[in-house]
Amino acid sequence: MANPIMRGPRRGPMGRGPGEKAKDFKGATRRLFGELKDFRILIIISLILAAIGAILSIIAPNKLSEMTDVISQGLFMEMDIDRIKRIALYLASLYIASAIFTLIQSILMTDVSNRFAKQLRTRISKKINNLPLRYFDKHSTGDILSRVTNDVDTIAQTMNQSLGTLVTSITLFSGAVIMMFYTNWIMAFTAIGASLLGFIFMFLILGRSQKYFVARQEELGNLNGHIEEIYSGLNVVKVYNGKKEADRKFDEFNKRVYEANRKSQFLSGLMQPIMGFIGNFGYVAVCIVGALLTMNNVISFGVIVAFIIYVRLFTNPLSQIAQAMTSLQSTAAASERVFEFLDEREMTNQDRVTKRLDKSKVKGKIEFKNIVFQYDNNDKPTIKNFSAVAKPGQKIAIVGPTGAGKTTLVNLLMKFYELDSGEIKIDGVSTSELTRENIHELFTMVLQDTWLFEGTVKENIIYNSSNVTDEKVKEVCKIVGLDHFIRTLPKGYDTKISENDSVSAGQRQLLTIARGMIQNAPFLILDEATSNVDTRTEELVQKAMDKLTEGKTSFIIAHRLSTIKNADLILVIGNGNIVEQGNHEELMEKNGVYAELYNSQFEL
Amino acid sequence: MIKLFKNLGKKEIILAIISFILIIAQVWLELKMPDYMSEITVLVQTEGSQMSEILENGAYMMACAFGSLISAVIVGYLASNISATFSMKVRKKLFDKVENLAMNEVKEFSTSSLITRTTNDITQIQMLIAMGLQLMIKAPITAIWAITKILNKSWQWSAITGVGIVILMGVIVALMIIVIPRFKIVQKLIDKINGVTRENLTGIRVVRAFNAEQYQQNKFEKVNDDLTRMQLFNQKAFSLLSPTMYLVMHFLTLSIYFVGAFLIRDAGFMDKIGIFGNMVVFSSYSMQVIMSFLMLAMIFMMLPRAQVSADRINEVLETEISIKDGKIDKDITDERGTVEFKNVCFKYPDADEYLLKDISFKANKGETVAFIGSTGSGKSTLINLVPRFYDATEGEVLVDGVNVKDYTQEFLHNKLGYVSQKAVIFNETVKNNVAYGENGKGEITEDDIKKAIEVAQGKEFIEKMENSYDTEMAQGGTNVSGGQKQRISIARAIARNPEIYIFDDSFSALDYKTDSILRKELKKYTKDATTLIVAQRIGTIMNADKIIVLDEGKIAGQGTHKELLKNCDVYEQIALSQLSKEELENG
Repeated sequence: MANPIMRGPRRGPMGRGPGEKAKDFKGATRRLFGELKDFRILIIISLILAAIGAILSIIAPNKLSEMTDVISQGLFMEMDIDRIKRIALYLASLYIASAIFTLIQSILMTDVSNRFAKQLRTRISKKINNLPLRYFDKHSTGDILSRVTNDVDTIAQTMNQSLGTLVTSITLFSGAVIMMFYTNWIMAFTAIGASLLGFIFMFLILGRSQKYFVARQEELGNLNGHIEEIYSGLNVVKVYNGKKEADRKFDEFNKRVYEANRKSQFLSGLMQPIMGFIGNFGYVAVCIVGALLTMNNVISFGVIVAFIIYVRLFTNPLSQIAQAMTSLQSTAAASERVFEFLDEREMTNQDRVTKRLDKSKVKGKIEFKNIVFQYDNNDKPTIKNFSAVAKPGQKIAIVGPTGAGKTTLVNLLMKFYELDSGEIKIDGVSTSELTRENIHELFTMVLQDTWLFEGTVKENIIYNSSNVTDEKVKEVCKIVGLDHFIRTLPKGYDTKISENDSVSAGQRQLLTIARGMIQNAPFLILDEATSNVDTRTEELVQKAMDKLTEGKTSFIIAHRLSTIKNADLILVIGNGNIVEQGNHEELMEKNGVYAELYNSQFEL
Repeated sequence: MIKLFKNLGKKEIILAIISFILIIAQVWLELKMPDYMSEITVLVQTEGSQMSEILENGAYMMACAFGSLISAVIVGYLASNISATFSMKVRKKLFDKVENLAMNEVKEFSTSSLITRTTNDITQIQMLIAMGLQLMIKAPITAIWAITKILNKSWQWSAITGVGIVILMGVIVALMIIVIPRFKIVQKLIDKINGVTRENLTGIRVVRAFNAEQYQQNKFEKVNDDLTRMQLFNQKAFSLLSPTMYLVMHFLTLSIYFVGAFLIRDAGFMDKIGIFGNMVVFSSYSMQVIMSFLMLAMIFMMLPRAQVSADRINEVLETEISIKDGKIDKDITDERGTVEFKNVCFKYPDADEYLLKDISFKANKGETVAFIGSTGSGKSTLINLVPRFYDATEGEVLVDGVNVKDYTQEFLHNKLGYVSQKAVIFNETVKNNVAYGENGKGEITEDDIKKAIEVAQGKEFIEKMENSYDTEMAQGGTNVSGGQKQRISIARAIARNPEIYIFDDSFSALDYKTDSILRKELKKYTKDATTLIVAQRIGTIMNADKIIVLDEGKIAGQGTHKELLKNCDVYEQIALSQLSKEELENG
């Protein structure tokens, strides 16, 4: 089940608002283009096409002005229809060519950006499998998920838009400037001067509005945080009569969001009208100066027409360049996060590993020799100089309060983490001499969080094992007592399992046990906790678990007293370390932590 | 959507009307400009025109442009005010509504959905109002007005403009028909790729234990392929839009000029200049028409999304609040600390099956009553009837001899100290978390807080924290462990000093030892208080004054631990699954 906190808009260092900036824009951009090397040729072609398309649309106004001149000449003498036709044909082909170039360019860029995005997603997904588990202790699922989807998406989309736009706009802009001066320098100065005035004004406003946008994002984050908190603790808010306080806070945040909204929206809304005004202002300036010049016969009327279009060609790209730059900023910020993830240190290389234990020949002895382990974010080791021996076929119970580090031991056994010192030996072979895959092969692991994936019941049971017949699946399900339940499902073994349906917690547990049975490895790691399971299913689960342990060296995170009492070896974990070991009688005699824990069951 | 707009106040409506008038003025000014443009054109063309006349017309045009800018700025100001006020009001309304929803209603919507409705959905609508309001009014007015202006100028030109609009709209509509359904598929694929990745991340230990990395990778690649293919199709289809748009606009100008050449050639000498002026004006008007149609198309693309948001908001706002406040706000009986159920039945409003059936029992002052049973037996539902998270469908729930429905909720809640299954921690200091809310007995003192924390076995770990009782808790309490969170929330109930404690499976997060010490201390501290406990562990409830065993919504047995072991099969089964026979008898 998704955590509602994770789904909500995120805040703090990870909050992603519009106009977000990369820590190192240059570095991120350079890296991004480096990563694009497979697509370099396509990108260059596409950019050349964009430039050509832009150049074509700059030449056009010149031709249009020629046409206007011919028409205005026709006011007083015979209309030169042939010439007009020629020009029109020329213009039409110019426009069509420009459109085709733009189309091809944008299709090419779409192709590049989506294929790049796909590549990134694949790399992230692969990376997940190559990262040490330590990484996931420190990073939330939500964070990694948002890199796969949001960040990659941002890269693809903004890259698609901004690169093409940037090239087109810069070409248009510089082209328009050149063409203006080429056509008439007085008019050029008029047009540029008139627009520039407006742009200075606009940038002033933009600069001021930036802080309101930031404020808006922040206030919205605060408000959303408060809403999240109240909604998810609604029962407590109600019973403790915390409503007034919640309302007071809400109103305060809501008011602040209102203020920020009002201001930021107003300022951002100004952009459009001001742009329009700049256009009109440029137009009038061009017309008046143009008229003056025409009357003095310095230029023809067609020049005015051309300039009317130049003004537009000149003002539009400027704002587009500004837009493309901000979206390029988001690309950089997103790619920074993606590359940061891709650059994380992977698990140690195992090429030098030579030994291999055969699953079918393993006897089942495990030896812990002076092992020491410390989590990265802890200041003292979780496991300090621990030694123990598990003989073939023994049951080892791990007990202790929640959070004491019971799972740490499991993690070390499975080589999810590397030991700081000491060694674990399987049948006398140190785990450091075996590949992780080899070790995983030797262990069956059934955990408390009953992990099932979206797929059919059968797929969930067989999972990664190969050559498993349907009969085998059925047989295993009969052993764990699932067969009957599965057959009551609409499609039996081919029923899809999804997040919230009729499979109860206990049945989920049984399914994971069946999965473990199929794997049939010589060692077993089992987490017994079966809270939230009704009594009848719990009995089934326990029976299934007992069957699973038969003939295997098993490590059991134990909750049932019967398991603990019958265990050959009990490891008591407390205060983040293994404090006692021995069997039930020995430990009771010791009258230490274990005895206290055991006795506390019967007190009130 | 329209329903939602009824939330606009009088002031906002007046502002909207003013904006409407201003937008009309703005359109009028904008459409006036081409007139001056054509004046200027004609003047420039005519031999012997006075420069002053050109300047005059230029000045008029600038005045129009400036006027339209001013009015646009004012409209922008008003629109941002309206939309911000609107979203503030609707958000408040929604928040109030959610606060008063019964628990089953909250569950039906799901908390995370309610959160997005109060945050994202409202932002969605606000955006529509802020941008859409202006465009929605402006675009049609501009289009219609501009069309009437040019309609009588020349049918040929009008026809060309018409063709341009039809082509443009045709392309947009075709794209929408092709692409919009695929957008939904893309959304689903994104969810799926998220799902596969989430699956891989949450099950990472299992994946690795089974050496199933490649298996997961193959699954991921399949979705990745589908997603990329669909995205490529959509975006390629969309790349048609911009070139088409420019092509239509360019060809429109070209055609108007081209046709204009013929019109001028065929016109009488006196009309020639007039037609020429018209031509320039017409091309600019036709551009306005096309642009307004584009704006309209944009709004139509925005509308469906906003509509979905509006529906989601309305759905919550229209939910009838089922829990109505009573009137009694002081004690009217002499009973204190009693909870009594009289033939209580409960089912969800639309359900056929009863979750609780015929529940009757009484808890007297100072007693501990425990509820046990398998999942789905209704024990949490039962206990939730006391603070009125739900109301009983039939029968009565009495607190201090009065039906809970007759109390004001505030007064009823002042009698209760409730601790939920999942600890709730607020983004405040430890101290404020414990002193949370109001209890009708005045301020909770610092000593009360410290004492409550001590009883709840939190003293040691809290005093070890950097700022002790003033340590800020992270949102959701992520900076402390599950057991520590639960102890803080138990301290919250203790600090309230209530007549009746309700523990809804609040001890499961604690280890056996802490659990047992905490309950011992609590009993000492709250001798007179009545306690209702829902529990999973037999050990937690073994010594309760009365244990009520629930099975499928009915009471399967009622009595002390020893009595129940003898005469209640369900209880014996539960007990045996957790403890051995000897242990039970010794206990």
